[in-house]
Amino acid sequence: MFDLDRWQEIYTALKSNKLRTFLTAFGVFWGIFMLMIMLGSGKGLENSVFEDMGDFATNSAFVWARRTTMPYDGYPRGRRYNFTNDDMQALKDNIPEIDILAPRLQGWGAGDGENNVTRGIKTGAFTIQGDYPEINKIDPNKIIEGRFLNYIDIEESRKVCVIGTRVKEVLFEKDEDPIGEYIRVKGVYFQVVGIFEPMSGMNFGGEKEQTIFLPFTSLQKAYNFGDEVHYFSVTAKENIPVSIVDEKCRQLLKERHHIHPDDQQAVGGFNLEEEFNKMRGLFNGISALMWIVGVGTLLAGVIGVSNIMLIIVKERTKEIGIQRAIGATPGKIIGQIIMESVFLTALAGYIGLVAGIGIIEGVNYLLESSGADTEMFRHPEVDFNVAISALIILIVSGVFAGMIPAQRAISIKPIDALRDE
Amino acid sequence: MIRIENLHKSYVTGLNKLHVLKGIDLDIRSGELVSVMGSSGSGKSTLLNIIGILDNYDQGNYILDNLLIKEMSEKKAALLRNKYIGFVFQSFNLISFKNAMENVALPLYYQKVSLKKRNLAAMEFLDRMGLKEWATHHPSELSGGQKQRIAIARALITKPKIILADEPTGALDTATSYEVMEIFKEINDLGITVIIVTHEKDISEMTNKIIRLKDGFIESINGEKLLVDEYEKEYSHV
Repeated sequence: MFDLDRWQEIYTALKSNKLRTFLTAFGVFWGIFMLMIMLGSGKGLENSVFEDMGDFATNSAFVWARRTTMPYDGYPRGRRYNFTNDDMQALKDNIPEIDILAPRLQGWGAGDGENNVTRGIKTGAFTIQGDYPEINKIDPNKIIEGRFLNYIDIEESRKVCVIGTRVKEVLFEKDEDPIGEYIRVKGVYFQVVGIFEPMSGMNFGGEKEQTIFLPFTSLQKAYNFGDEVHYFSVTAKENIPVSIVDEKCRQLLKERHHIHPDDQQAVGGFNLEEEFNKMRGLFNGISALMWIVGVGTLLAGVIGVSNIMLIIVKERTKEIGIQRAIGATPGKIIGQIIMESVFLTALAGYIGLVAGIGIIEGVNYLLESSGADTEMFRHPEVDFNVAISALIILIVSGVFAGMIPAQRAISIKPIDALRDE
Repeated sequence: MIRIENLHKSYVTGLNKLHVLKGIDLDIRSGELVSVMGSSGSGKSTLLNIIGILDNYDQGNYILDNLLIKEMSEKKAALLRNKYIGFVFQSFNLISFKNAMENVALPLYYQKVSLKKRNLAAMEFLDRMGLKEWATHHPSELSGGQKQRIAIARALITKPKIILADEPTGALDTATSYEVMEIFKEINDLGITVIIVTHEKDISEMTNKIIRLKDGFIESINGEKLLVDEYEKEYSHV
């Protein structure tokens, strides 16, 4: 391989027609360049979606009460019902597959049209939710000051709250420390014990920055919700699909609330795993499409290389004849031609690879440094392994591209090659 | 050195079959200087190609140095060519992008001789041809005679047993032709068998044995009797 004569021949053969060599190499260059750009952009789209999910537990499901649509057990259709505190215990007791269970009370929304929180002369409309500490394991938030809700808050129904960053901005001066301060939520005072910032872009009932978390029990008692629970968030234990847990929860809840087992509408729900898998499937599809198009482009380039090698062989028929007359074995000739082909594809491909990744990284850098919040496009990148496998594909295809011309070269008898004037 | 028995060769081109060699019997001993003559189409180039293991044959036997050359793989043929035979062509067939020294050294490259060693050997052979100072020149910068001498140096570098020359003087003027023939004679004096295909009478007359081909047969071996006597004289006391 590190043979001066061999490289000299490669150099001479490729140099003898620079434009043709360049155009051929460009085919390969373009193929791999496009492949890299497409894969990088695809990854950018994918990242924007999956980073949006943040650390949200992907094995989680949510169920909430709706109206029944079938009469059952003496009850009419169209009945309203509520989940209760007892359901919480029943779910825990009867479904061992549940890992985390977090009930929630949906107090008021930021979009309800009235300012529901005041502090002195400052006032604002926020999303008020009653939660258990567990919610932070399913849909984690970053606590930037103070703490999140804990069990003492729940047990003692303390009047404390954890506020989002936007809430702080609206209700407090910039240099004020909200921790320990009181805010009035729908007429009841709550002490601020923590400030959080969202880690995912997924929202239930309003922007998370403008959410105020109250202890579940406090909200229930202070605002006369009785034993209502608005929805349950559950996660499945490891290696158990959340859809199974989801289904079991629904069954149990239907039983407990006298709902027809076939009533699909009565229990509303959302299964993140399912959504997540749908997304995965979508991006796998996009990625497969990109590979097909990219590899197709690459293939066109490789066929170009094969073509030019055929011409080179044709032009050098006589030279090959001389070499064989003075003792070059067919293996040597084949090796020579394949080396040339691999050299051309690998070099052009490598440049394409570097250029493609360079542009992807450049775009990434510009996006990051401009600080633009691009919802649809984030961190375009090319997997190192993908780049390496692309390079291997290139080298292998270089070998294949050289194979046909090499066979052609040795199929010409040396004597015919020498006669070729 | 070379024994050919009842050799037949035909070329098939499309539907036509051209019977070129129609039963050649030939013995060439080690150290002979032989010329093969004949008009075009007589089969002389074909014969030379078969002797040079560049081409195969249909029928008969070809024995080179006690080795039957028949239905040989390309690889083996290439190795045998490299080991036994040096070629000199009418059109020199030097590789244009290599300089004189590299051209001469090329056969040793296929023997996997190191760069340094083969260049050293090439310089030695160039020196013998009186072309030492032209070593770094490319073929396009050399005259026909110089090119042919480089081709001869290339043929000699593997220390072959046989030199096959296909019209080696065909592209040269008379004076240069005679110079080249002198070189062949010198090579022959070293004990190397030299076979020259030519259609020039004066060239063939400089050889010890003239084989004349006509329509695929050996028409005559000029002065054969004389040469046989010589051989008898030569070998009687061995």
